[in-house]
Amino acid sequence: MKIQEADAKGLLLAQGLPVPGWSVARTPAEVRSAAESILADGAGRVVIKAQVLVGGRGKAGGVKLAGSAAEAEAVASAILGMSIKGITVRKVLVAAAADIVKEYYLSAVLDRAARRILLMGSAEGGVEIEQVAAERPDAIVTIHAHPHLGLGDWQARQLAFRMGLGGHLRAAVGIARGLVRTMLAYDADLVEINPLAIIRETSADGTVVERLVCLDAKVTLDDSALPRHPELEALRDLDEEDPADAEAREAGISFIRLNGTIGCMVNGAGLAMTTMDLVKRAGGEPANFLDIGGGAKSDRVAEAMRMILSDPKVNAILVNIFGGITRGDEVARGLIDARAQQLRDVPMVVRIVGTNATEAAELLRAARFETAATLDEAAARAVAAARTAGA
Amino acid sequence: MSVLIGRETRLVVQGITGREGEFHSRAMQAYGTRIVAGMTPGKGGQTALDGTVPVFDTVADAVRETGANTSCIFVPAPGAPDAILEAVGAGIGTIFCITEGIPALDMVPVVEAVRQAGARLVGPNCPGATSPGRAKVGIIPDSVHREGDVGVVSRSGTLTYEAVQAMTDAGIGQSTCVGIGGDPIIGTTFLDVLQLFAADPETRALVLIGEIGGAAEEEAAAWAAEHLADIPKAAFIAGRTAPEGKRMGHAGAIISGRAGTAASKVAALEAAGFRVAGSPTELPGLLRVAGHRG
Repeated sequence: MKIQEADAKGLLLAQGLPVPGWSVARTPAEVRSAAESILADGAGRVVIKAQVLVGGRGKAGGVKLAGSAAEAEAVASAILGMSIKGITVRKVLVAAAADIVKEYYLSAVLDRAARRILLMGSAEGGVEIEQVAAERPDAIVTIHAHPHLGLGDWQARQLAFRMGLGGHLRAAVGIARGLVRTMLAYDADLVEINPLAIIRETSADGTVVERLVCLDAKVTLDDSALPRHPELEALRDLDEEDPADAEAREAGISFIRLNGTIGCMVNGAGLAMTTMDLVKRAGGEPANFLDIGGGAKSDRVAEAMRMILSDPKVNAILVNIFGGITRGDEVARGLIDARAQQLRDVPMVVRIVGTNATEAAELLRAARFETAATLDEAAARAVAAARTAGA
Repeated sequence: MSVLIGRETRLVVQGITGREGEFHSRAMQAYGTRIVAGMTPGKGGQTALDGTVPVFDTVADAVRETGANTSCIFVPAPGAPDAILEAVGAGIGTIFCITEGIPALDMVPVVEAVRQAGARLVGPNCPGATSPGRAKVGIIPDSVHREGDVGVVSRSGTLTYEAVQAMTDAGIGQSTCVGIGGDPIIGTTFLDVLQLFAADPETRALVLIGEIGGAAEEEAAAWAAEHLADIPKAAFIAGRTAPEGKRMGHAGAIISGRAGTAASKVAALEAAGFRVAGSPTELPGLLRVAGHRG
């Protein structure tokens, strides 16, 4: 699960990391009043950042500076409501604009190949790390946390020195260890600070100090671990979530909406991807990824069908079931129930093999469903049906 | 011979008295797998599978009393990492974890403990392995198999059944089919299984079934190019149409930026001498083209 920058910063702060203050606003007026209080506290300018769960906010014009409350309100009017990669901006983060001395990159990520937590740092912060990795891989410093002992101080020091943060050693070590602690505390797959920055601040007595702080934060959480962190469920951004995703989650179905016209219902994630691929190969476009999961009963099948049909683009459906734990006759009953209830009828091609396939075939024949023997054949017929329907 | 499991397998099922555990244990026993013990804490002294299998409170008891050497775990996700560690502690050499939905970070210290003990973990979130005619550990339906000499390794469940069924229908049998699981952190990788197949004299051809996410297929392909140059090899990669940044059902099936795409995996496999199928049904034909006779 992806969470917004403001929420990610909240998790970092709770783990004791240095994150400069911020507030979240949903209207230009709220931005104005937030800016007023930040400027009154002595900041020269404020930064207004779109809160959306996609990258590239800056390039899209979703991050802007303002020197006055009025300007902040005007900038916020432009950002709120704008669309970034198809996502409408509904809220912004408002903070004092930092006086940045230098930007760095630091992240903790689950390294699948090494089966350990990987710390990645770079003195080239503020830019996309994938780009740095592709162009100048030696500009990235990596170190693995020990699977039982975690990240040692010596490892964090090594990372800091190699990133050129020797001048802020204590802070850098604290932040590196804090990233690993955050990952473990919330079961995150990724905790990324980009930029981690040395900023210049003027304290109350007028002296200028430099400090290492987390200016941005990106955290993604492991969906499998959410049941044991019920408090994190509140961070799910329902504004940005397709309502179908929430329904699917409730029903125990894995569902991802795509742009095509052929609805797919499959058991098993690998087979569901394969079914999409074969639809494409046969000249069609899949409308969704849908895995009904193992051992699905007829009610879950009916719910899946409802979700597929809720997409008005869908003009044909391909059902592909390879029974193992899942029983073919249960799926067939679910399909028959679903068709009796559904509000619109689209051509459907059903292929059920494996456990109780014979019983399924009898049920489907009696209910006059169109069936196919192989996956390739089913895909070809679903594509043909979609073409006829779309013509 | 076969890999991971075989006639010498003496299986303890952890969670044998649960619904899934009992159902699949029956199927494994019917297939001919020697299930020597079940394990459910608090049910020691009882029996399972109509009195044919003694149940123990601990895996250590099961090992001591029955000589179990392999474990199959059906324990729900919150208790599964502990179940794996219990099997390791009892000296079990080969552990299959079928359980789905274990948090990835829970597996990091567990796979390290397995490695340090010199044991082998397959999974989690895997369908297990079947050596046709010899034994099955896990949940792969019996009907898809036929005895033969093709080693199959896959990250998926039902997709494996689909591919293996296509091979069986075409008269091509399997030495062992291994499902390694679709999670980000797994105990046994494609590379590990290819190494086992390379050392198995009865495996004379290979089928690798991968999917988007991670770089395990690429890693295995590089090794196969060097060490398995002269045996017929075919592969299928699921997820050519998967969008970037979305988790496609399996926790591990996600394209991040440019990494983990189907195109990258297909290219690596082709460069390593695998014939890559556009549909699972093409695998038997491609094996024959690659020189497989059987």
